[in-house]
Amino acid sequence: MPTNLSARLSTFVLSLFLIAFALPAFAGPFEDAVAKFANDDFSDTDEAIGVVASSGNKLAFPIINALQEGRLMADPDSKKVYVTGTDGKSIDAATGESVASVPDSASAVRLNNRLRRSVDAALGSLTLQSPDLGTRLQAAQSVFKSHEETALEPVESALAKETNRSVKAVLGEARAAILLFKSDATEVQKLEAVATIKARGDQEALALLSDIGSDQPASVTKAATSAISSIQNSLAVWSMVQNAWYGLSLGSVLLLAAIGLAITFGVMGVINMAHGEMVMIGAYTTFAVQEVIRTRYPALFDYSLLIAVPLAFLVAGAIGVLIERSIIRFLYGRPLETLLATWGLSLVLQQAVRTMFGPTNREVGNPSWMSGAFELGQITITYNRLWILCFTLAVFVILLAMLRYTALGLEMRAVTQNRRMAASMGIATSRVDALTFGLGSGIAGIAGVALSQIDNVSPNLGQSYIIDSFMVVVFGGVGNLWGTLVGAFTLGIANKFLEPVAGAVLGKIAILVLIILFIQKRPRGLFALKGRAVEA
Amino acid sequence: MPTKSIHDIAASFSRRGVLAATAGLMLGLASISGAKAADDTIKVGVLHSLSGTMAISETTLKDTILFLIDEQNKKGGVLGKKLEAVVVDPASNWPLFAEKARELITKDKVAVVFGCWTSVSRKSVLPVFKELNNILFYPVQYEGEESERNVFYTGAAPNQQAIPAVDYLMKEEKVKRWVLAGTDYVYPRTTNKILEAYLKSKGVAQEDIMINYTPFGHSDWQTIVADIKKFGSAGKKTAVVSTINGDANVPFYKELGNQGIKAKDIPVVAFSVGEEELAGIDTKPLVGHLAAWNYFESIKTPANEKFIKDWQAYTKNPKRTTNDPMEAHVIGFNMWVKAVEKVKSTDPDKVIDALPGIEAANLTGGTSKMLPNHHITKPVFIGEIKGNGQFDVVWKTPGLVAGDAWSKELDGSKDLIGDWVGKKCGNFNTKTNKCLGSGS
Amino acid sequence: MTPHMLTRSLDRGATIFVMVVAACGVLIPLSNLLLPAGSVLQVPTYLVALWGKYVCYAILALSIDLIWGYCGILSLGHGAFFALGGYAMGMYLMRQIGTRGVYGNPVLPDFMVFLNWQKLPWYWHGFDMFWFAALMVLFVPGLLAFCFGWLAFRSRVTGVYLSIITQAMTYALLLAFFRNDFGFGGNNGLTDFKDILGFNVQAEGTRAALFALSCLALILSFLICRSVVSSKLGKVLIAIRDAESRSRFLGYRVESYKLFVFTLSACMAGVAGALYVPQVGIINPSEFAPGNSIEAVIWVAVGGRGTLIGAALGAIVVNYAKTFFTSGVLAPYWLFMLGALFILVTLLLPKGIVGTFNAWREASRERRPAAASVAAEDGITEPKMAE
Repeated sequence: MPTNLSARLSTFVLSLFLIAFALPAFAGPFEDAVAKFANDDFSDTDEAIGVVASSGNKLAFPIINALQEGRLMADPDSKKVYVTGTDGKSIDAATGESVASVPDSASAVRLNNRLRRSVDAALGSLTLQSPDLGTRLQAAQSVFKSHEETALEPVESALAKETNRSVKAVLGEARAAILLFKSDATEVQKLEAVATIKARGDQEALALLSDIGSDQPASVTKAATSAISSIQNSLAVWSMVQNAWYGLSLGSVLLLAAIGLAITFGVMGVINMAHGEMVMIGAYTTFAVQEVIRTRYPALFDYSLLIAVPLAFLVAGAIGVLIERSIIRFLYGRPLETLLATWGLSLVLQQAVRTMFGPTNREVGNPSWMSGAFELGQITITYNRLWILCFTLAVFVILLAMLRYTALGLEMRAVTQNRRMAASMGIATSRVDALTFGLGSGIAGIAGVALSQIDNVSPNLGQSYIIDSFMVVVFGGVGNLWGTLVGAFTLGIANKFLEPVAGAVLGKIAILVLIILFIQKRPRGLFALKGRAVEA
Repeated sequence: MPTKSIHDIAASFSRRGVLAATAGLMLGLASISGAKAADDTIKVGVLHSLSGTMAISETTLKDTILFLIDEQNKKGGVLGKKLEAVVVDPASNWPLFAEKARELITKDKVAVVFGCWTSVSRKSVLPVFKELNNILFYPVQYEGEESERNVFYTGAAPNQQAIPAVDYLMKEEKVKRWVLAGTDYVYPRTTNKILEAYLKSKGVAQEDIMINYTPFGHSDWQTIVADIKKFGSAGKKTAVVSTINGDANVPFYKELGNQGIKAKDIPVVAFSVGEEELAGIDTKPLVGHLAAWNYFESIKTPANEKFIKDWQAYTKNPKRTTNDPMEAHVIGFNMWVKAVEKVKSTDPDKVIDALPGIEAANLTGGTSKMLPNHHITKPVFIGEIKGNGQFDVVWKTPGLVAGDAWSKELDGSKDLIGDWVGKKCGNFNTKTNKCLGSGS
Repeated sequence: MTPHMLTRSLDRGATIFVMVVAACGVLIPLSNLLLPAGSVLQVPTYLVALWGKYVCYAILALSIDLIWGYCGILSLGHGAFFALGGYAMGMYLMRQIGTRGVYGNPVLPDFMVFLNWQKLPWYWHGFDMFWFAALMVLFVPGLLAFCFGWLAFRSRVTGVYLSIITQAMTYALLLAFFRNDFGFGGNNGLTDFKDILGFNVQAEGTRAALFALSCLALILSFLICRSVVSSKLGKVLIAIRDAESRSRFLGYRVESYKLFVFTLSACMAGVAGALYVPQVGIINPSEFAPGNSIEAVIWVAVGGRGTLIGAALGAIVVNYAKTFFTSGVLAPYWLFMLGALFILVTLLLPKGIVGTFNAWREASRERRPAAASVAAEDGITEPKMAE
């Protein structure tokens, strides 16, 4: 979204440029204000923004827009200020005349948060009538947030011309916000304003209403108080929904991390302590893929994850098969020894990655379709979490289908249920074991791709998931994918409902204690396998 | 029946065998301890984790010391002798820190140790340094409330980082409501206690302060970020003061970015996030969030530019970043060299007495001085995160700030000072004129 | 322990082990204190402290071997009992600091003053008395193990499930002790100890005495374990390990046996922790980390499961390797070595060092007809199933 928006903005800027060139520049306070940008002083810049924005000069928008995007260059020696266009051409900010080049001593005018707010407010009132829908919406929102009195006129004129319903609504809210804080607005206007803002009903409305101060008429204060409590009530309901969503999202992460383990653990009974390292390898594969894409094919960046998923599966799966063939194969029938060997292996893999990639975090970027968030009612849903949830469910369904409908799946299920019987029926159990281990590791690798989007990509990545993964598998019941699914989501949701009440740490402790107690009730997890095989 | 087979082993041994085995063991023990320090070099201990959870931060500091030793040796070493680094790996394991410290001092006979990152590792080695009387340079910002004879604190005390940052937010951003979010351990706890007291003294009401603690390595920040958003919607300007440590920062910032908390709405000022941590995140959504440090890589001074150039040449990595604790090691190392040259000896007692008052140039254009409380004077900078993973300095203290060993904001410590020059005491109570506890 | 039990449990291998440990326990402190520093045979103080730590680990390993090697209970959370014992001792040591803390508060430990606690929490009372702390060293881990075992064994939680929930237990404790609100010093834990029973913990004499005490504790634990496993009780335990259901059908109250041995083992781990803390000088929540418990299990595996001597030996060998590899030029690569050691031991020496040695002796004995009668009886029952 942001990139889109700025692209649209720049086309808008360009069109304004053309107008600007056509007009002669006039001397006066505008030029003085522009020169202030060269002082490299935050309060001077702030003042300059105010003067420029309210000057009515056609250059106001290009200047402030350039300031926001770091394209406003100031030369501290000559006190000259330049606007560098997105196309690389520059103009003198005070006169609008084009210049051949910006001197080397010029540097971009610096901003801090206070100035960014001023810039937003200024741009808001300047772009209320932009031809672009998204820009108008954005502008209306920022006017709502800043609700400065000077913006009332532009808002009202924009409101008169606006045809789009949603922009119109926001403009109405912005107008209400301004009126609410305008000292000479009538009581009726203010009461109407409170009603409009109450209808908006989100946290920003709440913020606005809580901030109205004590110099309001009594009826307005009263209306605001009742609006606040009604918004709070509806937000409380929404926060339950929000918790449920967070729980689902946490559950999907747990499921993704645990699902590979459910396979190796379920079929082979191996406590694979190096499982977390397979996740880490998947994450580092993503990093490597993005690194290649960044240097060679930057245009493909948005597809980097799609490329990384099969690669991570193959890399982690191959390493898994290799481990099975070189170590675990010799430990059949002694599953606890595999715990020790795989623990040793996890140390080696961690240190190997540390030696190869360095001990520090590696940057794995979010593709644009996984950045940002959207609002659903009063809750914020981030795209990366949503995609991870979808991805996890997809992996789960594919895996389930594979177990159910393929020959390998059939063999795996047979081995899980009764290894010796399966062997007697002619299934090459050791081949099944190797492939199963490879599959489990490969899925852990895929999990790494997804986790790289929300967590650190560091050599310690795997360690932080291993215990949780074991808990999920044991809670759900070994050897049953549905158990893992239900287990992961139950733990995720329970955790997220406990967290606001008990805090993150106590919540987690409570979950662990509950798992311990639950295992007493159902010693083989939620969905226990039945039959003799499980006693083995 | 295991008894029988153990019986069998026994058959091969006689009573003499027992004696022989014991003697052999003893000889083995003695021979391990036999390594003697060579006389033509001065040994410098490096006690930073190279594996485990803290390797992510500490490995760089190990490289820094190796780099500084290399540079010093190019200049001819110290007192005509070359410096030799002794590197050990305490593996992010706190008891192992104590063991390795003991080994460095007793077995390798190092003249000084540069090391530790977490408070607990420092606490773990403290008794060892006291007992064996050696010197530790500790380069990381920490919670204060400590002044030991054998330790020199070159990182920031809370008054050199936390309080200036809060001041900045109050003045420049007009912040009225505060979220103090931290990892649940001593540094955030103490810093938040100090800040809470400080904010209240500035008239901030209790209901305008939200304190939140999370476990180490917390990775699911959805709820807390949403809480912050909610807390910030009470109509007053809100800021987050983050003492979130290490690995937990990346998912925290990713969640902030994704939930659309912009710096201009709710700025986050962090005390544990530097260039190194940002290297793992795409910083574009985070532009404008703040960090308070005594050093930033982006500060343009000749000393800093030379340091960065030499460092990148030494590590053969043109992208290698620098950070605040590295600068602390640079200052500490140079102070130690100066002190050693001043007393012409590496004897810890003499060096400890010589260090207070020693001055060394820092990389940001000033001169830091070792104070009698074993902390140093430092400038404080507030930097805003830029899109390229660096910081843009938006504010700095007019001069250098002296590190307070004991916070003036806490009831328990407001009367205490550390003074190893006049009073020879790390926790001297100025009210009762007594040195508390076993201070000396 | 009746004299009869003692003699029966002490065969020659065990005798040698006991004597070697006893000799070390006497000679190393004596050499440290009496011989002049720098002499070839003088053991420097830092090695005394280091080996004291190893001996404590050896006791922990013994306690794990008792339940894992002889009863098939694989606890991946034994570090929790070790740490709890350590905390009990640490609390005593904290109370002994008295007014010598940095804030000079006679009652409150420094970290409580630091965080503005007004009075001592109730669970800290009594720890100023050594006898009480010593009792708690046994009682707290024992009680936890009893409650945990009572729940788990009665509901017949076995195998991997038990391993994982022991892991959950230690992980939950780890998180709890990390919390500063919990009143145990949070992440920093308890440190800066001064005195134990009036002796300076950092004095050479105290260190030597603690080392000797640790050796004594190792010998006692070993004797207790030997007498348990060589008694009738021990035979039932092995039966449970090898065929739990069958033992139950034969009329044994499996859960009671398990509960007894699990609680005993936890108490031993607690003692190990209590001796560990004054020698190391710090106790902090990272001792609860599941990784530590897993590592302790690996010591047992390396030394030889179900051999007792092997467990103690394994703890010492692995920790010595760790000390050795983490210094000098090998420092950046030590995890490779340690990891490789674990992998190779499981692949090549599945019975551990002592187990392999026993098997080898037996094999060579079988070739010698004179010893045929001895070898006829199977020495170490090879664990049929890993859990």
